[in-house]
Amino acid sequence: MDPITLAFLALAFLIIVASLFVVSSRNIFHSAIFLILALFGVAGIFVLLEAPFLAAAQVLIYVGAISILMIFAVMLTARIADGQLRYTNEQVPTGLLVSLGLLVVMLYSLWQTPIPTSAAAPVSGAGRKLGELFLTQYVLPFEIISVLLLTALIGALVIAKKDPRAASAADDSAADVPARERERAVV
Amino acid sequence: MPSIGLHHYLALSAVVFCIGIYGMLTRRNAIGVLMSVELMFNAANIALVAFGRFVTPQLVTGQVVAAFTIAVAAAEATVALAIVLLIYQHHRGIDVDRINIMKW
Repeated sequence: MDPITLAFLALAFLIIVASLFVVSSRNIFHSAIFLILALFGVAGIFVLLEAPFLAAAQVLIYVGAISILMIFAVMLTARIADGQLRYTNEQVPTGLLVSLGLLVVMLYSLWQTPIPTSAAAPVSGAGRKLGELFLTQYVLPFEIISVLLLTALIGALVIAKKDPRAASAADDSAADVPARERERAVV
Repeated sequence: MPSIGLHHYLALSAVVFCIGIYGMLTRRNAIGVLMSVELMFNAANIALVAFGRFVTPQLVTGQVVAAFTIAVAAAEATVALAIVLLIYQHHRGIDVDRINIMKW
């Protein structure tokens, strides 16, 4: 078996197992850790597909930023040790049916569809080409993406800002301890 | 065993996408739902880059679209997590089963 095949199989195994743990782990924090593993695997797949820029962007943005954001949100919201709480809703049979059915349909249609592939060598210097395309042919979407990111940043700040009505009860440091006790009593 | 081609990558993408759908449908925790959505984004990215690599190897269009997808996913995660934090402030919990009103 040549090294590419071996690497693909190893990465695919890693991604699929990690993804299964992401959706089935009882502890949401473990899910976040396995998500990081799966995202690393996807970065490896990008390397195999000769997309080094995307692999780097994947590690920087997904592994470095989005996963850390997820972990922050987990720490800020979930009670980490709530292992005994139910972690799935009552849609497990439906979810299994839908996802497995969709998987069978997709794999079957994939099996039946001849896709015209080209045997030409991939373009050399893909990163350079990518940069040129971003600033020539795709300059409009590129700028729109910049505006979108800025908008999302400001929007997230505005949304996550403490509501003054909710803050008046919880923000006061003196009222913090009773609030927590109340929370515990609710659980 | 034949060497790894487009179909292998697409099959991997389909499997990861379906795992993501399963998680999105069954998770109770809103952050778990978001993680499943990220898995689905990644599955789509694998498919995009694989199509670009094997169907049009001389162009990098697939990578361009995948890069845009990553940026949009980052924006989505930011806003969605902000909403999750806000919901937590109001409900003291982020179970998507219990969030059944859109107006507080």
